[in-house]
Amino acid sequence: MIERRPLLQAAAHLVLIIGVLTVAFPVWLAIVASTHPQSAFETGLIPVWPGDQALVNYGAMFGEGLSNLGAPPLSGMLFNSLVMALVIACGKIAISITSAFAIVYFRFPFRMFAFWCIFITLMLPVEVRILPTYKVVADLGMLNSYAGLTIPLIASATATFLFRQVFLTIPDELMEAARIDGAGPLRFFWEILIPLSRTNIAALFVILFIYGWNQYLWPLLITTDEGFYTIVAGIKRMAEAVDSLPIWNYVMAAAVMAMVPPVLVVVLMQRVFVKGLIETEK
Amino acid sequence: MATITLDNVGKSYAGDAMAVSNVTLDIADGEFVVLVGPSGCGKSTLLRMIAGLETITAGQVRIGNRVVNDLEPGERDIAMVFQNYALYPHMTVRQNLAYGLKNRRMDRAEIARRVDQAAGILEIGDYLDRKPRQLSGGQRQRVAMGRAIVREPAAFLFDEPLSNLDAKLRVTMRSEIRQLQRRLGTTSVYVTHDQVEAMTLADRLVVLNKGRVEQIGAPLEVYRNPASVFVAGFIGAPSMNLLAATRDNGRVMLGDVALPVAVPGQGPVTLGLRPEDLHRAPEGAEGGLDMTVAHVEELGAQRLVHGHVGGQALVATLPSDAPLADRLTFAFDASAAHLFDATTGSRI
Amino acid sequence: MKRAIFRNQLLPWLLLAPQLVVTFIFFLWPAAQAGWQSFLREDAFGLKTTFVGFQNYTALLDDSQYVDSIGVTLVFSISVAVLALSISLLLALAVDRMLTSARTYTTLLVWPYAVAPAIAGLLWWFIFNPTIGLAPYALEVLGIDWDHSLDGTQSMILVIIAATWKQISYNFLFFVAGLQAIPASLREAAAIDGAGPVRRFWTLTLPLLAPTTFFLLVVNTVYALFDTFPVIDATTEGGPAQATNILVYKVYVDGFLGLNLGSSAAQSVILMGVVIVLTVIQFRYIERRVEY
Repeated sequence: MIERRPLLQAAAHLVLIIGVLTVAFPVWLAIVASTHPQSAFETGLIPVWPGDQALVNYGAMFGEGLSNLGAPPLSGMLFNSLVMALVIACGKIAISITSAFAIVYFRFPFRMFAFWCIFITLMLPVEVRILPTYKVVADLGMLNSYAGLTIPLIASATATFLFRQVFLTIPDELMEAARIDGAGPLRFFWEILIPLSRTNIAALFVILFIYGWNQYLWPLLITTDEGFYTIVAGIKRMAEAVDSLPIWNYVMAAAVMAMVPPVLVVVLMQRVFVKGLIETEK
Repeated sequence: MATITLDNVGKSYAGDAMAVSNVTLDIADGEFVVLVGPSGCGKSTLLRMIAGLETITAGQVRIGNRVVNDLEPGERDIAMVFQNYALYPHMTVRQNLAYGLKNRRMDRAEIARRVDQAAGILEIGDYLDRKPRQLSGGQRQRVAMGRAIVREPAAFLFDEPLSNLDAKLRVTMRSEIRQLQRRLGTTSVYVTHDQVEAMTLADRLVVLNKGRVEQIGAPLEVYRNPASVFVAGFIGAPSMNLLAATRDNGRVMLGDVALPVAVPGQGPVTLGLRPEDLHRAPEGAEGGLDMTVAHVEELGAQRLVHGHVGGQALVATLPSDAPLADRLTFAFDASAAHLFDATTGSRI
Repeated sequence: MKRAIFRNQLLPWLLLAPQLVVTFIFFLWPAAQAGWQSFLREDAFGLKTTFVGFQNYTALLDDSQYVDSIGVTLVFSISVAVLALSISLLLALAVDRMLTSARTYTTLLVWPYAVAPAIAGLLWWFIFNPTIGLAPYALEVLGIDWDHSLDGTQSMILVIIAATWKQISYNFLFFVAGLQAIPASLREAAAIDGAGPVRRFWTLTLPLLAPTTFFLLVVNTVYALFDTFPVIDATTEGGPAQATNILVYKVYVDGFLGLNLGSSAAQSVILMGVVIVLTVIQFRYIERRVEY
């Protein structure tokens, strides 16, 4: 900063501390709630300091879940979420990077047509075309399957554009040098383009992992078999019970477990994620 | 080692004017040919057609005895040094050098031998395990050269390889490239817009303008006998004075002054005089050019005198101790005058 | 536009094939289906389908519930966008003053990006739970009787808070990046010209942040219009009495639960139109320096 203004500086700290606390507050309550017995939620006020039932609650949720409420054990749902997030992230990256390679490094008839077909997916969020998409997936027999959970969400205009931007900044001469060095298109792609895009791939992976993990409506619709529930969608089924049965301790244990993996990914990969997020959108 | 033959080579883009037209050129084995011209003259396009990076739309390119028109760049047995070096940023120097050999499935021992040999020649052995971004401009330049050398190709192609270096380094690298090429005896085609670089490097110069060859010849030959006004103005620094003159009864007239140059015919003509061919003459000397001096540039060893003769700009080179005045008279030998057709620009 | 290109003709299609196949089967085909469906009407038993032209659309405009939903969507989207933008700008300005602690604060503020909107909804629903929640307890002290399951306004406030909370970290990151992109020399020049921090904010920082703000405004609008579906579904489910039934939620309710296919499809088509307009605005601005 240019000039020293202790008051302004103190105000800035205050704003930030309030911001940090507001952001953390709901999650703190969730963690606290997951450490209390069910009796803590029957009357009065929700607790604000941790209790001693953490092991019991988490143990129960990981062990048997809430089978009577249609909620399978957390471990299974977490596994499904992990599969969904990984397949969507890797799948989107794979098909987008090859698409961008084709669009940037080749000239072929209908190239712009292909480009616009991909572009248009930006304008068709799943929430908007939910019914007909559901029907297509049902007709293809993909309900209650990992394929149904992932493949329909795998097309990505955003990722394709990002890689296109990355490739456009790579000097033409690099490809020419590679051609003179006897590398064909696939070798160039694999040995030069991919290594040069490493950081972008990593950043995109974080963003897409979170996107996949946090999917809600889609898994809710196409999974009716408990074996395919994902944790984010699964919580909804539990939460429907709390009005009559205050099992907040279990619901919040599940919510905490649903938050931990993506939050960890963001915090651990903060640097690459922040850089990537800004670049993806620019 | 090989000859390179261009036979009526041309390049046109869809719907556009010809970028390069009718270039015919025989490059001997081991020869160093420089393509020179202003930006947009087609020199880079021509080089890239030899490399296989641009399609050839007319004529034929042969390297050795093979017609290479439809061969991939990797199949043409050429190596290229790029203006921005185009080193693979994620590979070490060693991997950069080895990449082209690995792609050709050469065995490891031979690759290692060639890399070490090239590193020795170029004195880059100390940083074989560094990445390009850890190198200085001059070092990158050497690595780019090394990548060409290890291939032991039929020909080296250089695309303005020195233009990203500072002036001093450029001069050093220039002579290194020349010595290296002599030592290896590899046929080379070199593109530059810098006529000093062209003069100092070339066995033969190819001067290009607007996609056409203006002149092909040894540097001194081109310098002494420029085939056109364009070449005359482009080669040589400071550049040749080009004056609008007329022919009258076998003499060249500049305004009212009859110059000591004999020429048949009538009508306008362009007179070319190199600044260094002008020397001081006593005032009022016959056939002398009376210059009104505008300003003087001191170069140290000599001085450049800028001024006007009959409304036309004229530059003369004088020794740095030559006396100066507001008006100076210059004379020249008849043999130093270059005459060009005023309309076609070609040498008379 | 690349100068250097590979000449293969078949390979690019093979490279594009997976993306195009997925796009056609799961995006273009269903979208076309929605378009076609929006001109049809099914009878109550799903036995007979008739072509009705634009009737589904005109019916929507006559439907007071749909018109209400538009109003609800506007209130919701504008509130979320304005709140999320202003709070995160404030935080970004504060972080921009920090030298050593900036990274720590950033870490403590970015992680909600990773929290699923559905979970965000659930957390705030918990806090505002009328029987045991902390917020209603605190509000009671102020004499406010909180029950979002009965009161439409309170219900709207709840979803706005949850949706805003989730979006702050995203905006914050972009504002911080935007602030860092303002050259220090500009601020120094302004300071030498005698402008204090507040004046600098209005005359220098804010105008220079305009591109970032505009970009975020579009992104936040899209977020509020479409990505907040889970927030609504996890908390109010559009209620009470349609008070939080935003357009995207209504498409789902009418189509999936109400099985009113024609109307739902017509709503889908209208929403697609909205997305197209927003996308065009966004790309006209962001991609204008890119040539294809």
